[in-house]
Amino acid sequence: MKALLKIEGLSFGYDKVPVIEDICFEVFDQDFIGVIGPNGGGKTTLLKAILGLIRADKGTITFGEKMQGRKKAIGYLPQVRYIDKKFPITVLDVVLSGSIMVDRKIIAQKTIREKAEALLGEMGLADIRNKAIGELSGGQMQRVFLCRALISDPKLLILDEPDTFVDNRFEGELYEKLKQLNKDMAIILVSHDVGTITSYVKTIACINRHLHYHNSNKITQEQLESYNCPIQIISHGMVPHTVLNIHDHEH
Amino acid sequence: MDTFFELFTYDFFQKAVLAAVFASISCGIIGSYIVSRRIVFISGGITHASFGGIGLAFLMGFNPLLGAVLFAVAAALGIQFFTNVAEIREDSSIAIWWSLGMALGIIFVFLTPGYTPNLMSYLFGNILTVTNSELWWMFMLNVLIIGFFTLFFRKILYIAFDEEFARTAGLPVQLFNYLTMTLIALTVVLNIRVVGIILILSLLTIPQASANLFTKDFKKLLILSTVFAFIGTLLGLFISYFLDIPSGASIIFTLVLMFGILRLLKSVF
Repeated sequence: MKALLKIEGLSFGYDKVPVIEDICFEVFDQDFIGVIGPNGGGKTTLLKAILGLIRADKGTITFGEKMQGRKKAIGYLPQVRYIDKKFPITVLDVVLSGSIMVDRKIIAQKTIREKAEALLGEMGLADIRNKAIGELSGGQMQRVFLCRALISDPKLLILDEPDTFVDNRFEGELYEKLKQLNKDMAIILVSHDVGTITSYVKTIACINRHLHYHNSNKITQEQLESYNCPIQIISHGMVPHTVLNIHDHEH
Repeated sequence: MDTFFELFTYDFFQKAVLAAVFASISCGIIGSYIVSRRIVFISGGITHASFGGIGLAFLMGFNPLLGAVLFAVAAALGIQFFTNVAEIREDSSIAIWWSLGMALGIIFVFLTPGYTPNLMSYLFGNILTVTNSELWWMFMLNVLIIGFFTLFFRKILYIAFDEEFARTAGLPVQLFNYLTMTLIALTVVLNIRVVGIILILSLLTIPQASANLFTKDFKKLLILSTVFAFIGTLLGLFISYFLDIPSGASIIFTLVLMFGILRLLKSVF
């Protein structure tokens, strides 16, 4: 199989109320997919199914050869709002926790540690590695969790709303960093900030129980409506349609 | 001062000091885990449920600690079961086990013929009456806890910090949760003789609150909590002896006082 992962006919519901229905979707190397959709539309549910946190009612998720040992092959950045900020854990330990499925092998604890420190260095966090997680700003914390997701050298990076609680300055940095990472791994990014992500992602998936895959990063309000995806395109400083009108292809 | 050193020559006092060491280690470590994971309320449920077992043991005439262990483990697993499988909200299932255990305990004690003189020492603890066999049990519990936390330290830490992420990494989260719950139950029961059912939560939370003033690192928290628990327990023991007041209450009062002073010192310096 060429794809990293292939989802076929996936459905999941809580207490018989369907959250996602009949989802078909493939992810390839170098993909950078922005997943958008209204609250309760099934964005997080889809991620959880891919991560193996929930078992689908119907349908299958198949992983390609490159995703062998999939626990290690997926890097996951959860929504920081669910993290207990008062937990007594240091930044370095948080990053190391991302290597738990790796270090069972012969790789020495020291090598992993050096790698964690190198990652923190890259993100400009070297001098706060011994601080408690609760002492960091939103942007720093987000970067720490990105380090945790990256330490296992994933083939697929999954980010759940990485732009919440992050200041504008860091948001730009984060997306630039993701663009770089995208050279080595596929990225699936869930966001509610449609305006910002469209300028970074390569393709867009709209999910509101059903999934509509839009093979471009240019999307208009009309298209969103036709996808039955009721979200507003918010753009910074300009009227949405002007921003998105740079159409270099036919739909 | 002579009476102070003389104390250590008494057999009962030596045992009490040993019990203080064991209680500090088990409560220091398990308490740090409980506080970090915010499951103090669950631990309260387990503790109080164990009273049912003590009552049953009085009625049937077997070792009360054995009864307490049975009820505590049942409550620990029962709370998890109610929450995960029966889908009862967690705080409600805790309250159910908490009150059920107490209710059963009172019924059993009421049905027990004659007077039950030891009841108070289970409710409020009496470190000065700890027996040799109880000390042995406490020692073995300490070996178990230290072994478990040394072998699986990183896994325990990662699961406690972010359970969902640990699950995506393929850690046996559920198994670890049941194991730690069992250890919590055992810790609670075997330390009942030190401060009692009603007061045991203090040894699991106050030294940790003190330690948390100085460190935000899980490993250091475990160690520092143990140290503070030991200082507090020993000081409380002396105070109870010299003022002739109940040891359990005295230990807790000392622990709280220690926390207050440390907190104050921290804001001054």
